[in-house]
Amino acid sequence: MSTPRKLRVATVSLAGCFGCHMSLLDIDEHVFALLDKVELDRSPLTDLKTCGPCDIGLVEGGVCNSENVHVLREFRAQCKTLVAMGACAINGGLPAQRNHLDVGQCLSAVFQSRPGMDTAEVPDDPELPLPLDKVHPIHEVVRVDYFLPGCPPSGEAIWQFISDLLAGRTPRVSYPLLHFD
Amino acid sequence: MSQPTFLLDGQSVPFDDGQMILEAARAAGRYIPHLCWHPDFPPHGSCKLCVVKVAGRHVSACATPARAGAEVESDTPEINTERRTLLQMLFVEGNHFCPACEKSGDCQLQAMAYDLEMTTPRFRHFFPDRPVDASHPEVLLDFNRCIYCELCVRASREQDGKAVFALTGRGINKKLAVNAESGRLADTDFAANDKAAHICPVGVILKKRVGFAVPIGERTYDRAPLHEVALPKLEGDT
Ligand code: SF4
Ligand code: SF4
Ligand code: FES
Repeated sequence: MSTPRKLRVATVSLAGCFGCHMSLLDIDEHVFALLDKVELDRSPLTDLKTCGPCDIGLVEGGVCNSENVHVLREFRAQCKTLVAMGACAINGGLPAQRNHLDVGQCLSAVFQSRPGMDTAEVPDDPELPLPLDKVHPIHEVVRVDYFLPGCPPSGEAIWQFISDLLAGRTPRVSYPLLHFD
Repeated sequence: MSQPTFLLDGQSVPFDDGQMILEAARAAGRYIPHLCWHPDFPPHGSCKLCVVKVAGRHVSACATPARAGAEVESDTPEINTERRTLLQMLFVEGNHFCPACEKSGDCQLQAMAYDLEMTTPRFRHFFPDRPVDASHPEVLLDFNRCIYCELCVRASREQDGKAVFALTGRGINKKLAVNAESGRLADTDFAANDKAAHICPVGVILKKRVGFAVPIGERTYDRAPLHEVALPKLEGDT
């Protein structure tokens, strides 16, 4: 019998802190079992900059700027199954705590009105993606197939979730692995 | 004469005349979810998390009297989906950033979301602007998490005899207000040992300086799920 095709998996951190990716690495020795079954496409772990056709996309972080929107749309277009991984992808998380403030005022507070920076300009290099006025959970921008809560989800929760997905089961993270914090 | 009974998810539950479905179920050790109901107060009927199906109608179990022979559906996919939707609406209507909330792990809203396996808020977030009130020396009010269950309003009025809190506005403009000319908690006779200071099911009314005295991971709903914790202790339980 031929060995089953490896599943292609892409991962990305949008407006996140890479905590979910750290937690993904926290699955310890399961990493070997995982790498037996999957091949990584675009991911901070491969440093590939574009995403090819994939079976699974894991998205950490919400959408806070124009580049996040493009990357998220690329993931949706390329990944058969798209997963919102962690609090920020699911509800905006920490970055969304700026949502009740005006983004212009946030920028000038950070770059212009801090002691010692009062003559600085808000950076406007054309390479910098423009911030959105609000930070959005990813399901407000694209269709999302599954949600894996946690800030970050524990390695154990991630492993259980991915194992379900790889085995073709509907992934389920229930008590006591289900956490919003 | 033997006690009348109704069927809750196919199992017989005895009740006393005038008892509500939720109360009778609890007395029989059966859990029906609830947020705005509290054993020390009359039913309020605002959160609708206690929804059950009786004779094809969706009713609030906390405010519907039990009837002999009634067939009540509670723990079914249909009813739990409805409850999950209600939870999702509560989450997007406020600002619930659990990782930074002192109540995380002790919060009934969060614990119910775990119980019902709510993994996504699903709807569009409102991200409302609700400034906190840190004026009181001992207690902080973080309105971002208020679910308008009115338990603090009722506790302050009926048990503390103070009427420190009130709900104002209607529908989506509803707001929890503090009864003081200034609107600040510090300018009321509120005290940290009031009943109202300890009744909030979520993380609005918080005692200062003890927020993380019990570490995350060792809190109420880390140890047991809500559907166990919420039941009254039976005789012989420790
Ligand atoms: S009140 Fe409960 S649900 Fe809301 S942020 Fe705090 S822990 Fe989370
Ligand atoms: S502050 Fe707490 S107890 Fe008072 S209405 Fe809001 S959620 Fe209910
Ligand atoms: S518990 Fe019945 S409506 Fe809230």
